[in-house]
Amino acid sequence: MVYSSRIRERFRHPRYQGSLPGPDAAFEDVNPLCGDRIRIECRIADARIADARHRGDCCAICTASADVLLERVIGEPLDLASRLTAADLLERLEADVGASRIKCVTLPLSVLRGALDGKEVAR
Amino acid sequence: MSGVGETCRADFPILSRVVHGSPLVYLDSAASSQKPRQVIETITSYYERSHANVHRSIHTLGEEATELYEGARDAVRAFVGARSREEIVFTRGTTEAINLVAQCVGRTLRPGDEIIVTEMEHHSNLVPWQMACRDRGAVLKAVPVIGEGFLDMDAFGRLLSPRTRLVAAAHVSNVLGTINPVAEIVRRSHEAGALVLLDGAQGAPHLALDLAALGADFYAFSGHKMLGPTGIGVLYGRREVLEGLEPAWGGGEMIKEVWIDHAQWNDLPWRFEPGTPPIAGAVGLRAAVEYLAKLGMERVAAHERELTARCLDGLVGIPGVTIYGPRNPEIKGAVVAFTVEGLHPHDGAAILDERGIAVRAGHHCAQPLMKRLGIVGTLRASFSVYNTAPEIERLIEGVKGLRGAL
Repeated sequence: MVYSSRIRERFRHPRYQGSLPGPDAAFEDVNPLCGDRIRIECRIADARIADARHRGDCCAICTASADVLLERVIGEPLDLASRLTAADLLERLEADVGASRIKCVTLPLSVLRGALDGKEVAR
Repeated sequence: MSGVGETCRADFPILSRVVHGSPLVYLDSAASSQKPRQVIETITSYYERSHANVHRSIHTLGEEATELYEGARDAVRAFVGARSREEIVFTRGTTEAINLVAQCVGRTLRPGDEIIVTEMEHHSNLVPWQMACRDRGAVLKAVPVIGEGFLDMDAFGRLLSPRTRLVAAAHVSNVLGTINPVAEIVRRSHEAGALVLLDGAQGAPHLALDLAALGADFYAFSGHKMLGPTGIGVLYGRREVLEGLEPAWGGGEMIKEVWIDHAQWNDLPWRFEPGTPPIAGAVGLRAAVEYLAKLGMERVAAHERELTARCLDGLVGIPGVTIYGPRNPEIKGAVVAFTVEGLHPHDGAAILDERGIAVRAGHHCAQPLMKRLGIVGTLRASFSVYNTAPEIERLIEGVKGLRGAL
């Protein structure tokens, strides 16, 4: 089942969608396959992700994935993002996503890592 | 209806597949068409009976393979209305054919020379020209897309100048379906002293061609979008133009004689075909063009116009649906691009897939056009000889259920 009820729910009612004024870390990237574009902004305090938001032009899977990802990492140490995998996200999404859409799941993770690696200087 | 779809379907084994519990409705032929039994059996027979390398093997199989490969060239020449077989160069596909020209012509560019493309080009008829211009200090210019998805021909006239070396344009847009005024593009480009390359990837599978009469210098297309196998494509090049070009790539077959420090090029068309060519692909493509020719391309085009008209009629009344490209099927190829409010195209395609309906979603390798339209992507239904009116009805029913489906 690609569109699990968790994906549908987080697509309809994302909890971490939006923006953070003056973020400490931010990054934006696209999925070249479909043109999905997502931006993630983070506030950092005491080597932890104090808060984070995502926004962009994304499919339901990408939106839901970003939402469960931020839910998982907020309040956690910065290095957690580097340890999370696609499988972790799929588990949280309760979904079985095939090869053609797995990038939709993993794009938010690579964008979050890009933000934490300082790929874009916070505005 | 014309009955073409109903007649042809039985020839395509894959169309009997059931996908997610529903009979497959394959509406993604602009990406790649399905193959009739005649093509599949021709390729199988070639491998089971006649395969060997071409041109250099002095044995029975080598002779047969060469005859089949060169026979395919003659069949393609007839299909597209080229004057001579020397004008038909086999490539791996449209992309390779365009890159071949971009390499050959690109090498002759001087700083300040100009290449004109259009905003509706597939990346394969854009990026090679970006690369050629970057390498030679030449300038790339683009004809804007206006209105329902037409080229701004006034702007085109203003872009043309004595500095224009080549104009590269799609015959038929792979997103909008717009059939571009290619005869006018050829005439005006030639008047300005520029060469013309037409991307025929969406033209050759659907429209009757008379390339000799059209007069374009280059016309590129792919086998797999016109019922043939993957890995085979064609670069048609006007003989006088090909004769003046240095080959793009070196290797076996493209030479007449080789010394340690130089080589003499082979005759046309082999000068542009280094290495062992896609022999089985060419043999399969011949079966494909013979299949299409037997149907008659005028009939094919009329059948697909009917399907396009039905699709447009059905989609236009669905709340939340936006259609891109010309609304008049008479001036449109066999493709309909659309979006559904509140739904990402990929999600739309995935939901339709759950009902056995295969459509394309995304930017369709035309990101500059998507930017022009102000969208990230579209859904796209595209048609071929084997599609039928009931299949269009199933698409329309499917699209009606998309809004709010998630």
